[in-house]
Amino acid sequence: MTPLSGYLLVSALLFCIGLAGALTRRNAIMVLLGIELMLNAANLNFIAFWRFSENPETMTGLTFALFSIAIAAAEAAVGLALIITIYRHFRTANVDKVEDMKG
Amino acid sequence: MTLPFAIIAGLTVGSAIAAMSLRNMVHCALSLVLTFAGLAGLYLQLNAEFVGFTQILVYVGAVSILIVFAILLTRSTEPKDEPATVTPWVGISVAVAAFLTMALAVLASPIGKRLAAPASEVSVKTLGQKLMTDYVLPLEVMALLLTAAMLGAVIIAMKDKEGSR
Repeated sequence: MTPLSGYLLVSALLFCIGLAGALTRRNAIMVLLGIELMLNAANLNFIAFWRFSENPETMTGLTFALFSIAIAAAEAAVGLALIITIYRHFRTANVDKVEDMKG
Repeated sequence: MTLPFAIIAGLTVGSAIAAMSLRNMVHCALSLVLTFAGLAGLYLQLNAEFVGFTQILVYVGAVSILIVFAILLTRSTEPKDEPATVTPWVGISVAVAAFLTMALAVLASPIGKRLAAPASEVSVKTLGQKLMTDYVLPLEVMALLLTAAMLGAVIIAMKDKEGSR
């Protein structure tokens, strides 16, 4: 059996890969993909803690992960729509070149 | 650590690294699909069958199609030789520092060594009953949120009418 720390380490690794992607990539879609990866890492934590908890029959982790997946899907839809609008307006999806509101 | 876990975890992490580092964005999206599928495999290993299949339906099915469409729609006219990242070492060192912090916390914690209790049978029926009784308010709020997000996405991405700009 894999102990809980195995799943937590995989989740931490995924979170940090997503963080690195969101911080370093210049394309707005890639930033959004990094955020999606971080959300998925959080979901893995919910499921792992549920499976290894004292009383899994309450199913709190499962339901929380389900709601989290639904909200992440809504976030992806709105985020990609925003990126498409930004692309149409600025003719670029590069986050460094969209600087109309820069002080 | 068991062999299936090692294989799925290695596949998931490897494809995640590929998804965040490849130059071609279509390749990035396809590796991200592999990551989502690997996460679904991890959920199945954790006896969360319903969440695993939801993950496949929502992420591998819907979100990845959405991402590929967005990539194709914003296929940019930018020069190819431009670097895909900006100041990569700052971001990567921040991420490595975050990972080291989390890994130290996980390895130091006594909970980390806990082994799973014998697999508890969670049927979809009981999960549905929970959703419709204890969690009915979050469920309804989520339905409202999904409707609002769908309308919002359509309105935001809708083409402006002629002459309005």
